[in-house]
Amino acid sequence: MARKVSEVNASSVADIAFLLLIFFLVATTMDVDSGLSRKLPPMPEPGAQEDDKQIKERNVFVVLINANDQLMVEGKPMDVHNLRKEAKEFIVNPSNKEELPEKSLREIDYFGEVMAPKGIISLMNDRGTSYGIYIKVQNELIAAYNEVRDETAMREFGKHYEKLPEDKQDAVKEYYPQIISEAEPKNIGGN
Amino acid sequence: MAKFGRKGKGGLPEVSTASLPDIIFMLLFFFMVSTTMRETTIMVQQRLPKATEVKKMERKSLVSSISIGSPILALQGMYGSEPRIQLNDSYSKVADIRDYITAERENMDERERPLMTVSLRVDNKTKMGIVIDVKQELRKASALKINYSTRKVEVID
Repeated sequence: MARKVSEVNASSVADIAFLLLIFFLVATTMDVDSGLSRKLPPMPEPGAQEDDKQIKERNVFVVLINANDQLMVEGKPMDVHNLRKEAKEFIVNPSNKEELPEKSLREIDYFGEVMAPKGIISLMNDRGTSYGIYIKVQNELIAAYNEVRDETAMREFGKHYEKLPEDKQDAVKEYYPQIISEAEPKNIGGN
Repeated sequence: MAKFGRKGKGGLPEVSTASLPDIIFMLLFFFMVSTTMRETTIMVQQRLPKATEVKKMERKSLVSSISIGSPILALQGMYGSEPRIQLNDSYSKVADIRDYITAERENMDERERPLMTVSLRVDNKTKMGIVIDVKQELRKASALKINYSTRKVEVID
């Protein structure tokens, strides 16, 4: 046999790997895009008639934000911290109050025939409203819906909403559909 | 003290560094898997708002993003401090959004086009005016799935 082949010096492999590592550290980002998902309403057809379907006032929860980032909820000024509680009461209408949304008999999977409310949350903001408060309000409203759904899931199925199988989640969704409508923008407070 | 002061021949044996490359490679693979490539340089200031009810975006390839905010400090001399819209790598006007959406949609697989989501990365301090304009433009381009990019926190102060 010929003489032994001398071993290749492997001490630089670490350096090469370090270089690659540093390259990836610099050129990539860790953050996964996350945020509040929303769906915009489609643009009305140019020739289409304006849909003036009347919705009863008790079925609408009006949230207004002005250019000074102040909130007006159902005609009353309100702090953003109270919004979630107020919205939850609107969505559920636990004591069948006159001024909160009416309920109608609906057939829903897993629930059978139930009296489900049909409230709509209407959100209107000014062009001068800051984005921060807008997101805060959106977050509170979504949180209100999530909490209501979670409580319903706990009561009906004894499980958190997130842990339910998809068809049961859909049933809860149907019970309390998330309808947050945004009015066409207005410019009152100036930019 | 004799125990510590022992001066044997040749001193301490060298620590073997043979496993060092393996450790580094492990780190490297971890970063390669868990991160994504930085696509654009951000030219607007972005302090994203906080929210508790956030959802993760499932697939990066379905997301196109629009950034809105004041230009970064280095560029404020040239562009002023009024909030601007950034698409890809340049400042754009509201009217450019529709072309941008069309182009993004073209790049997508045909089956995935209806799932396209637009991520709005908007600075906390921006006024809603410009955001409303962008949203109206997105409606015209029928890109209806949007996502307000936020940071996840447990409690909002």
